[in-house]
Amino acid sequence: MAKTLTLKEISRKEVLLSPGHRMCAGCGAPTVVKMVLLASEYPLIAANATGCLEVSTCISDYTAWKIPWIHNAFENAAATISGVETMYRSLKKQGKIDKEIKFIAFGGDGGTYDIGLQSLSGAMERGHDMLYVCYDNGAYMNTGIQRSSATPFGADTTTRPAGSVIPGKTERRKDLTKILAAHNIPYAAQASPSHWMDLMKKVRKALDINGPKFINIISPCNRGWRSRTDDSIMLSRLAVETCCWPLYEIENGVTKITFKPKEKKPVVDFLKPQGRFKHLFKPENEWVLNKIQQETDKEWEKLQREESCFAPKE
Amino acid sequence: MAKIVAVTGNEAVANALRQVDPDVCAAYPITPQTDMMQRFAGFVSDGKVKSELILVESEHSSMSACVGASAAGGRVVTATSSQGLALMWEILFIASGTRLPIVMPVVNRALSAPLNIHGDHSDAMGARDSGWIQLWSENAQEAYDNTIQAFRVAEHMDIRLPVMICLDGFIISHSIERIEYLEDEEVKLFVGEFKQLNPLLDMEHPVSYGPLILPDYYMEYRKAQDEVESKVAKLVLDVADDFAKMSGRRYGLFETYRLDDAEIGLVILNSAAGTSKDVVDEFRNRGIKAGLLKPRLYRPFPYKEVGEAMKHLKAVCVLDRADAFGGSYGPLFIDIATSLYPYREKPILINKIYGLGGRDYLPEHAEIVLKELVDVAASGTVGSVKEYIGVRE
Repeated sequence: MAKTLTLKEISRKEVLLSPGHRMCAGCGAPTVVKMVLLASEYPLIAANATGCLEVSTCISDYTAWKIPWIHNAFENAAATISGVETMYRSLKKQGKIDKEIKFIAFGGDGGTYDIGLQSLSGAMERGHDMLYVCYDNGAYMNTGIQRSSATPFGADTTTRPAGSVIPGKTERRKDLTKILAAHNIPYAAQASPSHWMDLMKKVRKALDINGPKFINIISPCNRGWRSRTDDSIMLSRLAVETCCWPLYEIENGVTKITFKPKEKKPVVDFLKPQGRFKHLFKPENEWVLNKIQQETDKEWEKLQREESCFAPKE
Repeated sequence: MAKIVAVTGNEAVANALRQVDPDVCAAYPITPQTDMMQRFAGFVSDGKVKSELILVESEHSSMSACVGASAAGGRVVTATSSQGLALMWEILFIASGTRLPIVMPVVNRALSAPLNIHGDHSDAMGARDSGWIQLWSENAQEAYDNTIQAFRVAEHMDIRLPVMICLDGFIISHSIERIEYLEDEEVKLFVGEFKQLNPLLDMEHPVSYGPLILPDYYMEYRKAQDEVESKVAKLVLDVADDFAKMSGRRYGLFETYRLDDAEIGLVILNSAAGTSKDVVDEFRNRGIKAGLLKPRLYRPFPYKEVGEAMKHLKAVCVLDRADAFGGSYGPLFIDIATSLYPYREKPILINKIYGLGGRDYLPEHAEIVLKELVDVAASGTVGSVKEYIGVRE
């Protein structure tokens, strides 16, 4: 059973992603990674999909990773770590290794929702003891802010720019966390770096469960979101408080919302500070804002209903 | 003591893998490889190997998992054919560029479209420049022997490169032949223990695999990889020497058949070489000095050694069981032509494309080709350099 996470404990731990990496100022991803690594009670080995995090943390001859780390390609972080984990099981079975080690994969939304979904689905179904962490910034940021299936409805991206005819992305996001939960894995969750204790508790809990786990973490990208570098954590908090990014977990099929805003803020509070949604505030695009609000409300209602199915009976 | 059995090529290779007993094996079904991995999976289920099996959801994940498993630190195998190899293509370069000694039997099959499950060499030829070592096998015995030797080549500290063992789909993979198996203990001793350099699982010495290397050092890295390739041929011969001591079966970089005093010659890979040798014998019986060269180490290609072995010939036909589109010649032809280019005196070369998609290669095909070579050698002229044989007009 995992130890309860305390600020005192984590303040004494070594940060396993070194400073000096080349992620942008204000990027959410290194913050997310540091929190994930700090939360672990186990020695970790990580695989990393090609993407911002990967290209910025291991440029030869330097590496920011203080744990064993492997980058293979864009779409195969899950398959790669499944290979590492299988070798571990094989050598452990043969008595060649006795340490308790946990395995983790990091991928952005492009490498997870889109090109890496098959590899991830396969690894989850096979039941490897691994945690897959998606840092979701809602577009292909590394290649220059192209639309992904995680891009929110209405967002301006370089491949679906907001123009005079098309108001940005015209499709809804893929609900990846639910797709992963549908694999009947023991643990799937959503987290946000603004709610750091919630995030780290989820990681700690997940790593203590044997089998495949998935955590989807919102990760602001000031380049792609067209926002201020010092607004990242504020924006990830607004995503949670507007219910655009609800915090919940699905443990053994049981849904639990881990943070309920006292007062649900309107989605415009989250959208307004971001340049990628600027065009939505023109009068002709008001319908898009309304639609985002409606969809968000509907999803939040649905999530609460899902949770209530499992609430203890009065 | 060798054990003599009658088995298919797939069964022989599966048995070699059982005897080597790798730590991890990734498998995904594809005809005609499928029954090789099925047999291996049977060994796993019956506890005859210590291997952990990863039953992946695609060949792309198969090679990706092999990269992870090999970097983690242990002996890793997979096997594939055709579309499966094509799907792995991206990761083949990562396996070799990361210097991971993965061993992979490739049961050669045609590439789609049109869809075809039968034997030709298009699949492995498409991967010939991926940085993998390729050992080609005429029959089930050679496929078995090459598989065992492949581990020693791949895992040698000076090499650390992945190896493909190529055998013809159906013709070899599904035909029953007489095979001499080595004893399990002999194979175990021959391949030895494998210790990965800088394994990921060494938690005391954390390493990063797969860095980004920018224009400042990328080229040095690639050049270093090329230098490793230059050491492969000698090692393949050293391993073959050790193998000969154990098994009595001797292998080289290629096999020459009645070539030393020949005037005309065939160059041909894999199973069709057997058929061709019979026809070479017939021509010899008629007093015609025919010979044959069958490459074994196809990548890295031993250009110098092949050139030396063939430069004295008057006319040579290179038979390719794969085409290279774009107005080009068959891939084997291009390599043979390259081998002979440095010599002032060299044979006239022609190229025949045969046996695509499992089309039978018959003795009469070799006969037609050798007859043409007799004419080419006598006249010194060539009609058409590249032609298809055994094809409806």
